[in-house]
Amino acid sequence: MPSLKDVQRKISGVKKTSQITKAMNMVASAKLRGAQERMQTFRPYKAKFNEAMASVAGHLAGGGFPLMEVRPAQTVEIIVITADRGLCGSFNANIIARAENEAKALEAEGKKVRFVGVGKKGARYFKKTGKLRQAYEDIMGTFQMFNAREIAQDSARAFLDGEIDECRLVYGQFVSVVTQKPTVERLLPIAGVEEGDGEETGPGGDFIYEPGPEEIMDVLLPLYLNVMVYHAMLEVSASEHAARMTAMDNATNACKDMIHDLTLLYNKARQAGITAELMDIVGGAEALKG
Amino acid sequence: MAEKIRLEIVTPRGAVVSEDVDIVTAPGTAGEFGVLANHAPMLSTIKIGVLTYKKDGNEHTMMVSGGFCEVANNTITFLVENAEFGHQIDVDRALLAKERAEKRLAAAQQQQEKIDRARAEAALQRALARLRAAQREQH
Repeated sequence: MPSLKDVQRKISGVKKTSQITKAMNMVASAKLRGAQERMQTFRPYKAKFNEAMASVAGHLAGGGFPLMEVRPAQTVEIIVITADRGLCGSFNANIIARAENEAKALEAEGKKVRFVGVGKKGARYFKKTGKLRQAYEDIMGTFQMFNAREIAQDSARAFLDGEIDECRLVYGQFVSVVTQKPTVERLLPIAGVEEGDGEETGPGGDFIYEPGPEEIMDVLLPLYLNVMVYHAMLEVSASEHAARMTAMDNATNACKDMIHDLTLLYNKARQAGITAELMDIVGGAEALKG
Repeated sequence: MAEKIRLEIVTPRGAVVSEDVDIVTAPGTAGEFGVLANHAPMLSTIKIGVLTYKKDGNEHTMMVSGGFCEVANNTITFLVENAEFGHQIDVDRALLAKERAEKRLAAAQQQQEKIDRARAEAALQRALARLRAAQREQH
C-alpha cells in the first residue's frame, strides 16, 4: 500500500493536469468557433466560384487546357494537410495513415510518389521518408489565401512542367464536431467542376465573355486550385480544433476518474492508519490494566 | 434618381460590399470597364487594380486583386482574393512593399528567374494598386 503522502502528491498532480486539459478544451472550443466562422464566410465565395466555372465550362467545347490534361500517371504528388500541433487525439495520425495508404497503393502500381507537407505534423513525418518535396510549417494558425495560392501554384507549375502527372490532396474533412474524416481529393488534373447546388443561373444565360471563354478559363483554373487548397486548409483547421476539444474533454474526464479512485485509495489508507493506531492504544491500555 | 445596380464584392473572408450603387468601374484584364444599371449579363476576369463605385454622389475606391466578376439580373458580383477600401490601406506599408518588390524584380531580372520575377511583378502590382486606391480616396 502506498503511503498517504505519495497518494496525496499523485492526487494534486492529476488535478493540475486536469486543469490544463480543461483550459485547452476551452481554448479549442473558442478557436473552433472562429474556424467554423471562417468556413462559413468562405462558403459563398466557393459556391459562386463553382457556379461561374460551370457556366463558363458549359460554353466550351471539350478541354484542351493544360491544367486539365489527363496523362498516364508516373509521378504523383500528394499534398498532406495536417495540423501544426499535436494533442488532438488521433487526428493527425489518421490523416498521415490515409496518405501512407494512398502512397502504398500507388507505389504498388509502380508509380512514383512524392509529398508536400502542409502543417508541421505531417511535414515532419514525411520528411523522414525522404520523399518530401516541400514543407509548409507553422502556417495552420494564421494562414490566408496567399498561403494556399503558393501551395497550389507550386504544384500546378510542377504539373505543367511534367514533373508530376497527378496531384492529390489528403486532408481532414470536418464532418461535425465529433467526426473528422481523412479525405482524398484529386487536385490535378482538374476534372469537370461540380455543378452549383442544383441552382440554374436564372434567365439570360447568354453571357458576354470578356475576354473570351477560353481566356477566362485560363484565369479561373489556377484560381480554382487556390480555392480547393484553401478550402481543405479551412477544413483541417476546424477539424483540428474539434478533435482537440474532444481529446481534451476525454482527458479531463479520465483525470476526474483517476482523482476519484485515488481519493478512495487515500481514504482507505488513512482509515487503515487510524485503525492500526487505535489497536495500538487499545492494546496498550489492556496491557496496563492487566 | 437613376436606377441602381446591386454591387457585391465577395472575398474568401466574406462579403466586403453589398450595396445598391449608381456606377461601378473595374479593372478588367481586357481593359477598364464601367457598369451601369441593367447591364447585359457578362463575365469578365479582373486584374490587380483599382475599383471605384459611386453611391449617392459619393465615390468609393477599393484595391482589388485577381479574380473575376459576373453581371446578371442587375447584380454585379466580384469574386476577388482580396479587396481593401482606400481609407483602410496602410500607405507606409504599401510604399515599403513597393520598394521591396522593385528590388526583387531587379534581382530576378538579372538571374533570369522566371518564377521569382512573376511573383515580384505581382507584388509590385498589388503595392501600386494599393497606393493608387489610397491616393484617390484622399481627394
